[in-house]
Amino acid sequence: MEKKLKATEEQLTYSKILDLGMKVGLLALVITFIIYLTGIFTPHIPVNDLPKYWGMSVHKYLEATHIPRGWGWLGMVGKGDFLNFISIAFLAGVTTVCYIAIIPILFRKKDTVYGMIAIVEVLVLVLAASGILKSGGH
Amino acid sequence: MKLQISNFKFQNAKLRSSLILIFVFCIMYLVVGSALASTGPSSAAPVSESATPWWVWPLVLFAVTFILGIVAVLGGVGGGVLFVPIIGGFFPFNLDFVRGAGLLVALAGALAAGPGLLKKGMADLRLALPVALIASASAIVGAMMGLALPQNVVNTALGATILGIVAIMLMAKKSEYPEVKQADALSTALRINGIYHEASTGQEINWKIHRTPQGLALFIIIGIMAGMFGLGAGWANVPVLNILMGAPLKVSVATSKFLLSITDTSAAWIYVNNGAVLPMMVVPSIIGIMLGSIVGVRILAKAKPAAIRYIVIGLLLFSGTRALLKGLGIWN
Repeated sequence: MEKKLKATEEQLTYSKILDLGMKVGLLALVITFIIYLTGIFTPHIPVNDLPKYWGMSVHKYLEATHIPRGWGWLGMVGKGDFLNFISIAFLAGVTTVCYIAIIPILFRKKDTVYGMIAIVEVLVLVLAASGILKSGGH
Repeated sequence: MKLQISNFKFQNAKLRSSLILIFVFCIMYLVVGSALASTGPSSAAPVSESATPWWVWPLVLFAVTFILGIVAVLGGVGGGVLFVPIIGGFFPFNLDFVRGAGLLVALAGALAAGPGLLKKGMADLRLALPVALIASASAIVGAMMGLALPQNVVNTALGATILGIVAIMLMAKKSEYPEVKQADALSTALRINGIYHEASTGQEINWKIHRTPQGLALFIIIGIMAGMFGLGAGWANVPVLNILMGAPLKVSVATSKFLLSITDTSAAWIYVNNGAVLPMMVVPSIIGIMLGSIVGVRILAKAKPAAIRYIVIGLLLFSGTRALLKGLGIWN
């Protein structure tokens, strides 16, 4: 049985990147939200109108506000509300970067099975992030 | 008693800075919120018929999530499991947005805890990686199902799930060091085992797991539920890792928390890409629950009120019943 008294190299690498990504992401989240609140960039949905939309189902909300699905928000980051999506996407992307970083370590240690698991996990996360998967209406 | 609590709070510099931050955040909300409401960009669309100004709800959301953050830490549960039923049941936000925010709240908490747990070797990457692959792929399916199903169905299922969680909390046993006589073939092949240092006793705990195929199969269901309801899944991860698979309790709790950062990431992307994320809900919730958690950890270091677990169970029971009755059209 393999003995592990300390965290492994891949575990430490993962943890370092996660730590940095989490801190940058959370800081960005606060900054972009403050910018949104100050109204420096005009929001796509006027804040006064928010209560009209937040009770709608997401499908009706997208129809009413003409917001595109998937990565369409990238074209709207000049709007105060969509500026926040940069930091949200950053936080959601940190895990993928952590996985990509440990793949070479796992293969170097000839841990092929875990290397393959990490590659498949990256593919799963990229698929989720791709915007290809769209849900039906309700 | 009040004086003692007050003294404790203000003797602690970090706690004090947290409270100052909260105060600044609240003031900013009030000042900027009212300013934006009067001078904000105009819209052809009519404003809400409600007399409540728009900024009241995010402010209340921030205050409530701050309290939830404290309660969650003291009650030993994740913030997401309290967030979705309570905010979904008692706030004017649609459940689609509540689940999207719930996932991001759970994700932010897991991202914040993950590095420390990995560095100390409490969360185990070898245990987490195969489980995470199954749970995160299933969470995508769950998220898509959740956004496609009618709201009453999701509410009914959410209510039933929350009541199920209450049952798990009341009945599930925990084992500090479960006895695993022999590791199963799959965990042996994957070399899922380890040693961690138990600081409280100074012991080095040698652990291995069993029933790996059954455990992995259960993570399909856990992943689907996490994605569908935006709950996080610590309430299910821990019993499966600890009781079924035989990982020590601390390794199970730490690995579960780390797992959420992967499971919730895949589900969160589905909600983001399908538009179910409102920054005005998400950001106050994340900041509120994280600041609440910081305060909760400080309080936990001094005392752990026994009653808090029953308060958490009571909150879940009430909000779960609310979701169930809302879904069934009995209490709208």
